[in-house]
Amino acid sequence: MSATDIQAMKGAHKVLAEFAYEPGTVERGYAGRTLYVNLSDKAIASKPVTGQMKDIFIGGRGFGLRLLWDAVTPDTKWDDPENEIVISSGPLGGTTGYPGSGKSLVVGLSPLTDCVMDSNVGGYYGPLLKFAGWDAIEIQGKAKEDVIVFVDGDNGRVTIEEAPEEAVDTHLIGEQMADMYAEDDKAKRGVSTVSAGTGADHARFGCLNFSFYDARRGRVRYKQAGRGGLGTVFRDKKIKALVVKFSDMKGDLNKPADPKLLREVCRKVNDEMRRLDPIQNDMAGVGTSHLVSIMNDYDLLPTHNFKYGSHPEAHKISADVYRELYKPAGIPDGCWYGCTMACSKAIEGVTLRTGPYKGQVVGVDGPEYETIAGCGSSLGIFDPHWVAEINFYCDTYGLDTISYGTCMAFVMECYEAGILNTGITGGLELHFRNAEAALELMHRMARGEGFGQVFGQGIRRMKKIFAEEYGGDPQFLQDVGMESKGLEYSEYVTKESLAMQGGYGLTLKGPQHDEAWLIFMDQVNNQIPTFEDKAEALHYFPMWRTWFGLNGLCKIIWNDVIPEDNALTDEPAKVPEHVDNYVQYFRAVTGKDVTKEDLITMSERVYNFQRVFNIRMGYGRRANDAIPYRSAGPVTKEEYRSRAERYDKQLRELVGFDPQGKTVEEKMAALRAYREDQYEKLTDAVYKRRGWTPDGVPTLEKLRELGVDFPEVVEVVKPYLS
Amino acid sequence: MIHVNEKFKVEWEEGMTVARLLERLRFSFPLIIVSIDGTLVPQDEYATRQVPEGAEVKVLHMTAGG
Repeated sequence: MSATDIQAMKGAHKVLAEFAYEPGTVERGYAGRTLYVNLSDKAIASKPVTGQMKDIFIGGRGFGLRLLWDAVTPDTKWDDPENEIVISSGPLGGTTGYPGSGKSLVVGLSPLTDCVMDSNVGGYYGPLLKFAGWDAIEIQGKAKEDVIVFVDGDNGRVTIEEAPEEAVDTHLIGEQMADMYAEDDKAKRGVSTVSAGTGADHARFGCLNFSFYDARRGRVRYKQAGRGGLGTVFRDKKIKALVVKFSDMKGDLNKPADPKLLREVCRKVNDEMRRLDPIQNDMAGVGTSHLVSIMNDYDLLPTHNFKYGSHPEAHKISADVYRELYKPAGIPDGCWYGCTMACSKAIEGVTLRTGPYKGQVVGVDGPEYETIAGCGSSLGIFDPHWVAEINFYCDTYGLDTISYGTCMAFVMECYEAGILNTGITGGLELHFRNAEAALELMHRMARGEGFGQVFGQGIRRMKKIFAEEYGGDPQFLQDVGMESKGLEYSEYVTKESLAMQGGYGLTLKGPQHDEAWLIFMDQVNNQIPTFEDKAEALHYFPMWRTWFGLNGLCKIIWNDVIPEDNALTDEPAKVPEHVDNYVQYFRAVTGKDVTKEDLITMSERVYNFQRVFNIRMGYGRRANDAIPYRSAGPVTKEEYRSRAERYDKQLRELVGFDPQGKTVEEKMAALRAYREDQYEKLTDAVYKRRGWTPDGVPTLEKLRELGVDFPEVVEVVKPYLS
Repeated sequence: MIHVNEKFKVEWEEGMTVARLLERLRFSFPLIIVSIDGTLVPQDEYATRQVPEGAEVKVLHMTAGG
């Protein structure tokens, strides 16, 4: 847009509230205060970060949970004004020497699960917010008209501004904000925006886009806090954008306690990254797309709504294809300063073929593995150009590509099963492979039209609608609807890994692989054969991975590149040398003398607090950890037949059932009874290991041991412990 | 017969190398470690090291990925 247009847009702003503050400095990773903004009464305030906040909740997701707990009651719903969007990085967030240190964590009550949600995202907003003086921003209330919340870290000023002229869709408003708040292109790196899109106005799985200016590409780019519909909450509050500006970016702004130690550990990990990534996963070259062919080889790539784990056409959407599409090649693609992993790949020059921006040439941020699998193979779409277009529209509309893809796969299976027809879908033939129909439904959803509105409800609510209004078989819908707790599955087939079924089901927010990814350890390596082994893994890895979210870090650096001698260590799956790096890193920044065991305890405190938070909201118990049967085994006869040799063998060797002469239905029933029983036994073992009751409630002893037996926490669990 | 990870059985074939065994199993993940009867096999020997009939092979995929 021209400077004149931007000035006119800015001129239409009406400042509703203003708050001046002393910019201050960060010490040992903390700014020492959080920012509270209420859009209903237009209050803006500073809250101190207490010692307990730092000691117990650490930062990031922990801060979000503590602040949200205090903001809501057990009766609060996602669209009540009391619900919040809380964004926080963490004490290590914003470090420029250690790769993967620019993450933000977003917390709020979810429109999909009606419960607590957390989502991890790159981009510059969280770190710049901290250097602007705030460890977290907490947005409560609802605006009457669309607003922007601007944190001016250069001048110590926070404003709520009505913003009638700006776009809602992310690829437009992101550029508008950069043009509006940066003096020139160079200054755009000091501006970051959080936005959603028009899709988030009509779907429960709205996402948040966190921006960063990519000087090499000459455009604003985005990373997504995708999971759980926090973009929907954002738009429900009538927020067009959160903007932060902080221009004086330097490498030492966290004021680490031990700069020398920090330099040493950073040098070590960056050296390893440069040497080993090119010969290991090549994340800097192809990002997470390298996983497509691997998942296909191991029968883990969801195809046709998770019916199968591989497809002959998977090579058409594999890393070799994307290597040619990710342009320009070979440039650093980090989503925060100094990230040598640099896996945020992008496709430039995509000409859109559908929708309101048809004919326009755009850049697409991604696609990453989850999007390729969810919006590609799971829909039977093996055309990288269609996947890129779906990726673009999901982002700019503010939609989670994982939920969109998994919802669409469910709808396509229901269409092919005859539950849906063109009379219901508004004429769209939503069979597998039909990319144009999948996109058209997305456009209708973004406009709030027809079946698009139904689709935007997410799988859990669609199951109910399809059964009650379209005559679908409730059991079939339950079995093939890939959601747990109301959140759609991320993109791994788990039928042959009991541990990973738990990795999706025995979680806090739902089936997202950021708690645990145990498939290789379990299904391939056979390292955790017993229930107790699996339970130990389902204790350690969720706690370990939680720690990244407390500190503003990306998990990828931990295990997507590994030391040469990792295989010779006692516990290679934990990547012990990298765990030690994080111990040193945390010590160096915060000055706290911690051990690797302390890192797990930090997570365990927050993890158990979040479990109790779920219980407080009416969830968080055993019944809520159930999974759809397709996550555990074959639902349809064609699924069984496609891997009949495998299943027959398991019936003989594991179940003690002779498949000879039995019908497919009989064999499926026997296998199902066995696998469902296995999941229940796993649940028992995991709860026991985590210090929870058989109903999944943390015991008082566990809460005391962790030091999170606050009166308000004990009050929640006591009724379930008698 | 070759036993892999105490879970998979692969029909042995004359001259079978580690690389061929991995191909048969479709184990394409790049970060793996292989041992034959308890002896580690360096990655640069996968194409030449032969797997004897009846061997107990471990193929560990070095990630808790995702």
